[in-house]
Amino acid sequence: MDKGEDQLLKDVTQNEYKYGFTSNIDTDFIAKGLNEDVVRLISAKKKEPEFLLEYRLKAFRKWKTMEFKEWAHLKIPKIDYQEIIYFAAPKNTKNLESLDEVDPELLATFDKLGISLQEQKILSGVAVDAVIDSVSVKTTFSETLSKFGIIFCSFSEAVQNHPDLIRKYLGSVVPIADNYFAALNSAVFSDGSFCYIPKGVRCPVELSTYFRINAANTGQFERTLIIADEGAYVSYLEGCTAPQRDENQLHAAIVEIVAHKDAEVKYSTVQNWYPGNKDGKGGIYNFVTKRGLCEGNNSKISWTQVETGSAITWKYPSCILKGDNSVGEFYSVAVTNNHQQADTGSKMIHLGKNTKSTIISKGISGGKSHNSYRGLVRINKNAINARNFSQCDSLLLGDRCGAHTYPYIETNNSTAIVEHEATTSKISDDQLFYCKQRGIAAEKAIGLIINGYAKEVLNKLPMEFAVEAQKLLAISLEGSVG
Amino acid sequence: MLEIKNLHVSIQGKEILKGLNLKIGFGEVHAIMGPNGTGKSTLANVITGRDLYDITEGEIIYKGKNLLAMPIEDRAREGIFLSFQYPVEIPGVSITNFMRASLDEIRQYKGLPPMAAGEFLKYFNEKKNLVEMTANLAKRSVNEGFSGGEKKKNEIFQMAMLNPDLAILDETDSGLDIDALRIVAQGVNKLKRADNSTIVITHYQRLLDYIVPDFVHVLYDGIIMKTGGKELALELEEKGYDWIKDQGKA
Ligand SMILES: Nc1ncnc2c1ncn2[C@@H]1O[C@H](COP(=O)(O)OP(=O)(O)OP(=O)(O)O)[C@@H](O)[C@H]1O
Ligand SMILES: [Mg+2]
Repeated sequence: MDKGEDQLLKDVTQNEYKYGFTSNIDTDFIAKGLNEDVVRLISAKKKEPEFLLEYRLKAFRKWKTMEFKEWAHLKIPKIDYQEIIYFAAPKNTKNLESLDEVDPELLATFDKLGISLQEQKILSGVAVDAVIDSVSVKTTFSETLSKFGIIFCSFSEAVQNHPDLIRKYLGSVVPIADNYFAALNSAVFSDGSFCYIPKGVRCPVELSTYFRINAANTGQFERTLIIADEGAYVSYLEGCTAPQRDENQLHAAIVEIVAHKDAEVKYSTVQNWYPGNKDGKGGIYNFVTKRGLCEGNNSKISWTQVETGSAITWKYPSCILKGDNSVGEFYSVAVTNNHQQADTGSKMIHLGKNTKSTIISKGISGGKSHNSYRGLVRINKNAINARNFSQCDSLLLGDRCGAHTYPYIETNNSTAIVEHEATTSKISDDQLFYCKQRGIAAEKAIGLIINGYAKEVLNKLPMEFAVEAQKLLAISLEGSVG
Repeated sequence: MLEIKNLHVSIQGKEILKGLNLKIGFGEVHAIMGPNGTGKSTLANVITGRDLYDITEGEIIYKGKNLLAMPIEDRAREGIFLSFQYPVEIPGVSITNFMRASLDEIRQYKGLPPMAAGEFLKYFNEKKNLVEMTANLAKRSVNEGFSGGEKKKNEIFQMAMLNPDLAILDETDSGLDIDALRIVAQGVNKLKRADNSTIVITHYQRLLDYIVPDFVHVLYDGIIMKTGGKELALELEEKGYDWIKDQGKA
């Protein structure tokens, strides 16, 4: 690498987070710290039914007995759970009839992020459930959706209006004791989204939720539950950007998906939490448990993720392929820069006959970052004719970053076919010169090359998201060189 | 258009070009020939700005400007185009996107707005036909899995898209079958204007039957050892390079 390109790499590495601002929305806090009373208080503030309080308390008691196991390739600073505020809601949360009633500060925040609700509403036909901090503020399109019998609302609303569904499905895919952060989330989850697609219904629009951490020192614990009943189909999008913070913020979400017989769920995320500054200060700690259960025969769940943010990412969207002929897919682009650390991948658990899974993972690392793929493919005894194909590619920008691949394969049935491919590459000087010789400046060239590299995954995203994701990739690695 | 004066270039301490002089006027076609490893590609790379080399002496003036002080992409935007001897693959980047980015950047440099999508596609198809590029090939990623000949065709297609003022064709003929050679050469000729210039680097007289040069230069021992008209190419084909060396010494 020559000098000019070295400088360029530095520029990228020093590219400041573009969404770093704070909005001045009135926020309702409870005191920081975590104990049984806080759990009770959260539940009471949200006027939850008894069963849910019990669920939270059970989770809290379990969590107290657990310890975080450091098995991932991550250096995680000690988190003081008593320093975190477990509930913060924008004060203005009465039900709103139109966008005119929404806090103008809030609307301005969305505008800065380029997610104008009005535009979303008018132009794209995307139903938006905007979540700022912990409480859902506005749901659009819910009327259209209700004609199909589709329920798409905040988790809290679902608790009030559809307690039976919550009771039946909450924790059915990610049990309380699944892992440390799952237990924590189950005890203190604030809000999130709920989605139910009834039998035989194809959801006519992409369902979309924007999450955003906003209040200082507020750990955010979203809870998302998506259920596709027999023969149903839904494509669900989640995207987020967070304002700049000096102190690290904990983010421990749970997403559960259930796909019944013949149902299909596509779940897409673009994740852009604040990654910390160029010296590795600040940033979001993102510990997420995402899991889908292909409950019925011929069901299908696909995860597509574009991960560019967070100081630490710990995330393994998984599929349990229980139904015969069920299909699980995982498509991922994970970008790390500066001091970011990502340990991400997928688990595919094959239980049913003729189950199929695909894992395509593209890691891109720059700066001094570390990017690990960790994947588990498990074929159980009864999973006759199970198939898996995994491909894990790493692209390195510069020579101070690291990429690691940890594929775990457990096969307990001799009819299984499991394939794993892995590559590591760099953006070559030849490629850059070629682009520049065509008048394309280095920054743009790298954007092009990276988007080309990640194309297989980006192509899986719905159109609206693909465009946003492409921009985001270019922004997070603007002008980088190998 | 281009004037190279006393150019000395070395790579890893080894001097490749040793005081090369070359002057190219508007509208002229110059052929550069010479044995393997004499520095023909090096010259093309230095003109376009590849930074692998140490330029120890000399200057290059392009359209009255000091070319060596210009960044690579600006040289391209100022109308210098290189058809690469070994075009590189850019996986996942479609030729359409690549050319879109390229044209947009060049237009922006010239203060022009980006082309509208419809206009771009029309232009793209027009140029595609000029070099008889198949629709199938145009849809693929830049050079990814292309055969040697397909890569060269793609280079000339890009040249057609960018319509350069100074085109340098580095062994564009090698790897082309007879039909492709004719198509590519005709493409180059169609792009010829009264005021644009071409440098054709080749080992074979055959290409020069199609693209007729005003001058033929022999690059030998780091300098232009001999310059002649198109008949020089024929002579070289017949006699090889040794006699030039002897003449040079004489
Ligand atoms: N990156 C490099 N490192 C070391 N030597 C190099 C490098 N690039 C070129 N050279 C050397 O410089 C000399 C000139 O190479 P160049 O590619 O310019 O030759 P050429 O005239 O184009 O040859 P050909 O006809 O085979 O294409 C050769 O001896 C070559 O080995
Ligand atoms: Mg050469």
